[in-house]
Amino acid sequence: MRHIISVRDLAREAIDGLLDRAAEVEARQYDPNLLRGRILGLFFFEPSTRTRMSFESAMARLGGVSLNMGSVEASSVAKGETLADTIRVVSGYVDAIVLRHPKEGAARLASEFASVPVINAGDGAGQHPSQTLLDLYTIRKSMPLDGLRIGLLGDLRYGRTTHSLAIALSLYGAEIAAVAPKGLELPSGIVQELADRGTSVAEYSAVEDVIADLDVLYVTRIQRERFPYTASYLDVASSYRITPELVGLARPHMIVLHPLPRIDEIDPRVDALPNAKYFEQAHHGVSVRMAMLSEVMG
Amino acid sequence: MTHDGPQGLLISPIRHGTVIDHITAGQALNVLRILGITGTTTEEVSVATNVASGRVGRKDIVKIENRELCKEEVDRIALLAPDATINIIREFTVIEKKGVEHPHELLGVVRCPNPGCISNTAEPARSRFIVVPNGLRCHYCDWLISKEIAAHIL
Ligand SMILES: [Zn+2]
Repeated sequence: MRHIISVRDLAREAIDGLLDRAAEVEARQYDPNLLRGRILGLFFFEPSTRTRMSFESAMARLGGVSLNMGSVEASSVAKGETLADTIRVVSGYVDAIVLRHPKEGAARLASEFASVPVINAGDGAGQHPSQTLLDLYTIRKSMPLDGLRIGLLGDLRYGRTTHSLAIALSLYGAEIAAVAPKGLELPSGIVQELADRGTSVAEYSAVEDVIADLDVLYVTRIQRERFPYTASYLDVASSYRITPELVGLARPHMIVLHPLPRIDEIDPRVDALPNAKYFEQAHHGVSVRMAMLSEVMG
Repeated sequence: MTHDGPQGLLISPIRHGTVIDHITAGQALNVLRILGITGTTTEEVSVATNVASGRVGRKDIVKIENRELCKEEVDRIALLAPDATINIIREFTVIEKKGVEHPHELLGVVRCPNPGCISNTAEPARSRFIVVPNGLRCHYCDWLISKEIAAHIL
């Protein structure tokens, strides 16, 4: 049985295979009845409407049906049932489980109790492999994944998408430039792990200092609640804002990505530039999730 | 049996049991903790710390009467005292001498320091850590324990 829990579990060949599959799906080379008669269980213990809808859409396009757990308040969880018990029971109802849960490692635990494949759709501050595959897919649409120079910008301490992406790109010989406000730098454990995987991380205090060397600029949101004073948040937020002038310093092929939703990290004037790929990135969500579903159930 | 230092002065020979020698100096009490030997267990235990030793400079020695350590227990010690040697004693004679090997993973030995980790909830998740080159990685949340491993022993 095949689960998709963490990018750390995926070898380069497995990632390439999923991305190839997503490319076929995008080119409409897929069987719309591949998962006919199959049922996907969606278990979202914290809300993420967009991720949930994108899995539902992916399942419907492959001819399958989705069952949604509904709100946590109305379920057995509210009565204190463990995730392990919930998963054991619902394994009998569905052919695969998509899980989003506030605790890190929840999907790994679920995979140990499930009798059907589990896909991790985000576990707390931990892994979110479908987002990472989506990021990789979007980059690969513009350029080969090998030897990229990628800038990670924003909240690199709590921003799980940047950790997973960096780990995955280490399989492709990436060079990483990290640009984060004080206190929100990449955790040393991640930097160490990347070093063990042969990937060096260079830290910069301003994106202007490195943008001219980048192939990809990956922007993440800096959350206001991470800062003790509104004023310090506003200072940081304004110095991390991506503007057309800033993008003008980059090489023409550099692309700008963002896992969305953005607040004001990216000036809306950037949207019209050919470098802006974040909406395209969001559109690839269904193709990538179709590839994941056919991988675990097809 | 160890021959460093005057015999019988620091710790007397034991009849049956285990002598753990060449423990990294200062780690003897942590070795006992990792073996689950506390003041409330019944083993007769002798500890010598900071004993002069040609091989590692200073070392600790632990002798446990009437208990022969099994492989899993020995491997746990590797985390704290990679140079330790284990001597199994029967009738005052060393019948088996072995070094410690780094285990591939640790089950139920250390607690994950990440408060958001599923292994720190009421879920039936036993603590599980993978041994990686620079420490221990939580099987569930990927948290890396790279220093002071002893402080996280359950
Ligand atoms: Zn953990």
